[in-house]
Amino acid sequence: MSMQTRRSLMLATAAGLAFVATSAAAEPVNLGVSIPAATHSFMGGINYWANQAKKDLEAKHKDLKITIRTAANAVEQANQLQDLSTVTKINALVVFPFESAALTRPVANVKAKGAYVTVVDRGLTDTSAQDAYVAGDNTAFGKIPAEYIAKTLGGKGNVVALRGIPTTLDNERMDAFNGVLKGYPDIKLLDAKYANWNRDDAYKVTQDFLTRFKEIDAFWAADDDMAFGAIRAIDQAGRKDIKVIFGGAGAKDMVKIILDGKDPRIQANVSYSPKFIYESIKLTAEARLKGEKLPATTIIPSVLIDKSNAKDFYFPDSPF
Amino acid sequence: MSQPEAAQRAEARAREATTPLGDRIAAFGPIIGLVLLCAAGAMLNSDFATLDNALNVLTRTAFIGIIAVGMCFVIILGGIDLSVGSMAALIAGCVILFINWASGAFGSPLLAVIGGAALAVVLGGVFGLLHGILIAKGRIEPFIVTLGTLGIYRAYLTYFADGGALTLDNALADLYAPVYYGSFLGVPIPVWVFLLVALLGALILNRTIFGRHVQAIGSNETVARYAAVDVERVKILTYMLLGLCVGIATLLYVPRLGSASPTTGLLWELEAIAAVIVGGAALKGGHGSITGTVIGAILLSVISNILNLTSLISVYLNAAVQGFVIITVAFLQKGRR
Repeated sequence: MSMQTRRSLMLATAAGLAFVATSAAAEPVNLGVSIPAATHSFMGGINYWANQAKKDLEAKHKDLKITIRTAANAVEQANQLQDLSTVTKINALVVFPFESAALTRPVANVKAKGAYVTVVDRGLTDTSAQDAYVAGDNTAFGKIPAEYIAKTLGGKGNVVALRGIPTTLDNERMDAFNGVLKGYPDIKLLDAKYANWNRDDAYKVTQDFLTRFKEIDAFWAADDDMAFGAIRAIDQAGRKDIKVIFGGAGAKDMVKIILDGKDPRIQANVSYSPKFIYESIKLTAEARLKGEKLPATTIIPSVLIDKSNAKDFYFPDSPF
Repeated sequence: MSQPEAAQRAEARAREATTPLGDRIAAFGPIIGLVLLCAAGAMLNSDFATLDNALNVLTRTAFIGIIAVGMCFVIILGGIDLSVGSMAALIAGCVILFINWASGAFGSPLLAVIGGAALAVVLGGVFGLLHGILIAKGRIEPFIVTLGTLGIYRAYLTYFADGGALTLDNALADLYAPVYYGSFLGVPIPVWVFLLVALLGALILNRTIFGRHVQAIGSNETVARYAAVDVERVKILTYMLLGLCVGIATLLYVPRLGSASPTTGLLWELEAIAAVIVGGAALKGGHGSITGTVIGAILLSVISNILNLTSLISVYLNAAVQGFVIITVAFLQKGRR
């Protein structure tokens, strides 16, 4: 029996047993998306891709309804989760938790009411509160720049690092970075300071780094927002000793610089695209429409972006 | 009813009589603090005491410093403005949008940049005027008005920026850059502007009738009213003055990074308020000096500069060090409150 005939047979049966069929097919998915508000570029990207997913997926599946809620803090997000569960009556949830610990209970409550829960990026402290977990690869986010810098400098030189906001995620990246540098005894990490994923802070910290260290070969600004601040300070100081500036997360302006090959110091980046929220919503919605489950953990790989593949990471319409 | 009022009036008179001397003493706390900090900085890192580093620190202080001069007036008046950080961010965003649009529409990039710079000051004045009217005529607590606008301004910036960053076109950014990166007689432009704003501020506060009225209202609003001070008008003008300062600060800020994002100007309001208070002003109004405010603002930047130049303590504790220094300096001058 060919696929076609089998399908038409099934359709016929379904039509004949209309009443039974509606209850037997996977039920319509009422999907809630709960994400932090767009307070910095990366979250702007998360918001953009979440809305993009709503647009694309609702057009594609008529049994799917997506409700997006953005929260300015953990408490607000917890309230919204409650509303999504009791008022909007969602049966699936994709949540990017503001904080891991604070949101664990509220997410567990949503799951207890029968919704399928996918947690994105920042995990929960109790994984039994979730059905699936989708995240970017923070270890690769720290490892790839370290390997690139070590290779480009020929295994010898001085490096400084700008870190994000003190969080486990940032520690994971820094540990991975340090882990690689251990294999290169002639590469010296002069210092690493927090610049809070913020351009202004990065600018100031970089100025002070430049005052403090006379010879710097490479800058690792662990996010493109910080890299932009660092570039300004380096250019203003007129320092020519810096050979590599490595950002992270593949912001569109940074990817454009790599594509254009305009700045010899900026030849590579590492992907950590906010697009993973799009993937998470898509994977969750499509699995639930079929009544299926997602693997317990899905890691969206972070890969090296350089001139050869930069065009695949360039999204000019995204705010990030 | 009349007794406490009379007592209040007497207290206000007494306070007014001691103000000039009090101001001079008050300036010592932050100066001592600053000198101690600089000595510590020079000992910890030999690069601290270089001219380049000093100019870096002064240049980056300029934004907060200019805003703090305006904030000083508002605090002396007995008011507060929590919105300045959000306001600066929104103005920066509007200026960037305007310049990007105008360079095409006007056909002259230079004209667009000049227009954008002017727009920054105008917008600051308008926002300040709005605060003043709501507070003075609408009789809403300044804390509430500016708490409201704090949210409003930042939300609009986030909306305009689509959650990401608004960025000045490259050629325009290069054209505008000298306003921040340029220097005159070896001193960066922002430092000159900061100095000018501070001098003007001190002049207005100490040598004009308006300045006297601001201090009188802050000391005792009822007394000022009896003394035929046009309280509403002075209040509106004071908030407008702060708005203008925010506009000027933003005009200098935009060329630094050529971009505005929802994190721009985050917590600037607290930094500006801290600078004013560390500089010897009383949060309840009536007292304060521009010199103190300027030193307070510099002191705050010097702390983070020293922390960046050394790796003495855990980076997790940076904010704690800042807190300790603020409290210590405030303690050094508590006598007069």
